[in-house]
Amino acid sequence: MNDSEQPGSDGYDPTGPANAPALSVHEVELAIPAEQPQKVAPDDSLTAAQAVASTATTIEVAEANPLRDPRDKRLPRVAGPCVLVIFGVTGDLARRKLLPAIYDLGNRGLLPPGFSLVGFARRDWANQDFAQITHDAVKEHARTPFREEVWKQICEGLHFVPGSFDDDGAFDALAMALKEIDETRGTGGNYAFYLSVPPKAFPVVVEQLKRTGLSKPPEGAWRRIVIEKPFGHDLQSARELNNIVDSAFKPDSVFRIDHYLGKETVQNILALRFANTLFEPIWNRRYVDHVQITMAEDIGVGGRAGYYDGIGAARDVIQNHLLQLLALVAMEDPTAFGAAPLRREKEKVLEAVTLPEDLGLATARGQYTEGWQGGVPVKGFLQEDGIPPDSTTETYAAVKLELANRRWAGVPFYLRTGKRLGRRMTEVAVVFQRAPHLPFSKTDTEILGHNALVIRIQPDEGITVRFGSKVPGTAMEVRDVNMDFAYGEAFLESSPEAYERLLLDVLIGDPPLFPHQREVELSWKVMDPIEEFWAAGKERPEGYPAGTGGPSSADELMARDGRAWRRL
Amino acid sequence: MTTFLMGSTTASDISSQLTRLRHQVGAPAVGMVLTLVVVSDESHQYDAVRAASEASREHPSRILAVVPREREEATRLDAEIRVGELTTGEVVLLRLYGELTEHADSVLAPLLLPDIPVVVWWPGNAPKVPGKDPVGSFGQRRVTDARSAPDAIAAIRSRIDGYTPGDTDLAWTRITPWRSLLAAAFDLPVGKVLDGYVEAEPGHPSAALLAVWLSEKLGAPIKVTESKGPGLTAVHLRVEEGEVVVERHDARTATLIRPGQPDRQVALARRPTSELLAEELRRLDPDEVYASAIKRVADYAGS
Repeated sequence: MNDSEQPGSDGYDPTGPANAPALSVHEVELAIPAEQPQKVAPDDSLTAAQAVASTATTIEVAEANPLRDPRDKRLPRVAGPCVLVIFGVTGDLARRKLLPAIYDLGNRGLLPPGFSLVGFARRDWANQDFAQITHDAVKEHARTPFREEVWKQICEGLHFVPGSFDDDGAFDALAMALKEIDETRGTGGNYAFYLSVPPKAFPVVVEQLKRTGLSKPPEGAWRRIVIEKPFGHDLQSARELNNIVDSAFKPDSVFRIDHYLGKETVQNILALRFANTLFEPIWNRRYVDHVQITMAEDIGVGGRAGYYDGIGAARDVIQNHLLQLLALVAMEDPTAFGAAPLRREKEKVLEAVTLPEDLGLATARGQYTEGWQGGVPVKGFLQEDGIPPDSTTETYAAVKLELANRRWAGVPFYLRTGKRLGRRMTEVAVVFQRAPHLPFSKTDTEILGHNALVIRIQPDEGITVRFGSKVPGTAMEVRDVNMDFAYGEAFLESSPEAYERLLLDVLIGDPPLFPHQREVELSWKVMDPIEEFWAAGKERPEGYPAGTGGPSSADELMARDGRAWRRL
Repeated sequence: MTTFLMGSTTASDISSQLTRLRHQVGAPAVGMVLTLVVVSDESHQYDAVRAASEASREHPSRILAVVPREREEATRLDAEIRVGELTTGEVVLLRLYGELTEHADSVLAPLLLPDIPVVVWWPGNAPKVPGKDPVGSFGQRRVTDARSAPDAIAAIRSRIDGYTPGDTDLAWTRITPWRSLLAAAFDLPVGKVLDGYVEAEPGHPSAALLAVWLSEKLGAPIKVTESKGPGLTAVHLRVEEGEVVVERHDARTATLIRPGQPDRQVALARRPTSELLAEELRRLDPDEVYASAIKRVADYAGS
């Protein structure tokens, strides 16, 4: 698995997950019977519509619209009129993920008429050059088939503003261009700014948006800002970053993208747990032995060397993706599927995370060395371009965490991530305790392992339940078998990309899938002591040959507890 | 794709053959999400099964196509099983002869997949009360198509008489993109709608449904007028400041016109049956909005 900075290799699996019918947060909200629009007298509907103009969140607009009806489930959630401005539109992420995702949204009929897309970058381009680049990106990377009429609709709304981030003139031009788009395309002053730029460029872009007044919405419109991880590199820098963004945008207009949370399988964790009765009764310390959360990548640092050196696997992956997964797996049931109740429960879990006393015994880190990866010889981390030969940055990290609450006390959560491992795989495995008493002879159950419920996040999204079954024959031999649910089989052949879902949520103004600043800070509070411990130790990360399962110290970490990692 | 022909067979033989085939491919528990029963005469069968197979790429299904044949022949059941690349599930064509034509339900019952929903689709003629039909009563969802009836308008108007929650009609499915676009047009306040009209080729049941839906939601009189088509061509809604218009002439792209706003080109393509069916299978709960539309269309005077 790869990360958001390398979207290209984030191999989207076309047999992937579904349009998760059970868990569109928004749909759940809409399913609550609301007042039926036809009962509103015509005159009231006009005043209601005018009233909405002053608040203008999309959900309120939908309520005032006489043609929208919560019972009418065929009508998709469509964003209201708006402009999306992408800074750093020439970057890899924009080309491989964002632009195709916009086309795919258009193809599914989810973009409003008049939707406009403004690219901003330091290129001497005219609108038609930008259109050409977008066209190529869409043709190459879009998930849905290319249709001329959809492209025509999107192409009409493409604009490009050239300039660098410190160029006042360029931002003045951007403000002018947006004003003009409002007039020619009826976008109503609603802008979303997507910062697909390195974190060091955040302050200057935000400052420019503030200076030009673009960050302040006029009456009846909205302004939103979308930022990508990393959200800082420790607690302090995360707070500084937040202060910068907060100085210009209201907290509820800030959307932090963790593209993992846009994945259907991740959202399905909540459906699995809270829409069923089957799993929740055993989802606690009485039955669960331990939980393993893994994100293994088969690629190396590649083009991200400059960013990666000094950051490392723990900051890059555990702090955000894995702790978010932990929160979803371990949280209590939220009172509703709105943003606030969900975040409240996730924060409670993150607050309950405790580190073991001896961090030396409860953590492991490694660095990949030269080796063979899937039949190809690959370089070691220290030989990669842009990595200093004495770098102590880890490319593999494993930590053992515990949760101080009634549900989970004493159940360890093992988190691991690494680059250049044997296989690309992300999963959450809830491993159950052995049966307290086995009425079979010891030889009968020799090869019976722990029961487990595995949520496969990628590739091959789905859920596996592992349990013992009698081997056919005269002897009573019990062996582990798998019961498998695969998204690709049960639902859509081709399900929306995480970015499609997240971009749509930004344009609609629906925040449940975006981590809040408080969650970001709580995650850093978990990671900071570990990072400090590693930095103080001066020990070099243990080498592990590329294409293997990680350093032996990680295996020892598990062995000390009498457990073992699941095979990659 | 592999095809197995089974002449003069029984439902239980078909069932065991299906199980055997699944084991042979080594996938005894493919995750199918529904059983789709297609009731069709021989002439519509080919297109219908094809559309159903395409829809099953999104919703892996066991497709059971029931084709009633000559009543006067000796009672017999012929089956054709298809598994393989074209569909993610299985297709079973059941040809019924003689007295068996009246007892399709007895053939279907053992072939429905356990525990998962059943959807029945009549691409051609539908029974008067689909929910009371022996085959229809298996279905959680029953899909008809008014457009295939000789008098499509009469067909859609009579739907309410035989309505059971869970019924829908593809004439309603066809207008989802139109409804969606119109709803988006009303996301910006446009003021009260005074009156309006829907323009379509003559005898188009979807136009009538769209008109009554708009009229109900907007509280304004909406007429249906005729055009050369194809299908729906325009919706005009008069508001105080002018007109909200959606026009489509080439069956692919439409123009959206709103007062005080620049005109917009929007994609609004006509969809093939497989896509309509796929939309239909996406939600298996009763469509209440459809129910209220067919209720109104029954007393609707039209143009």
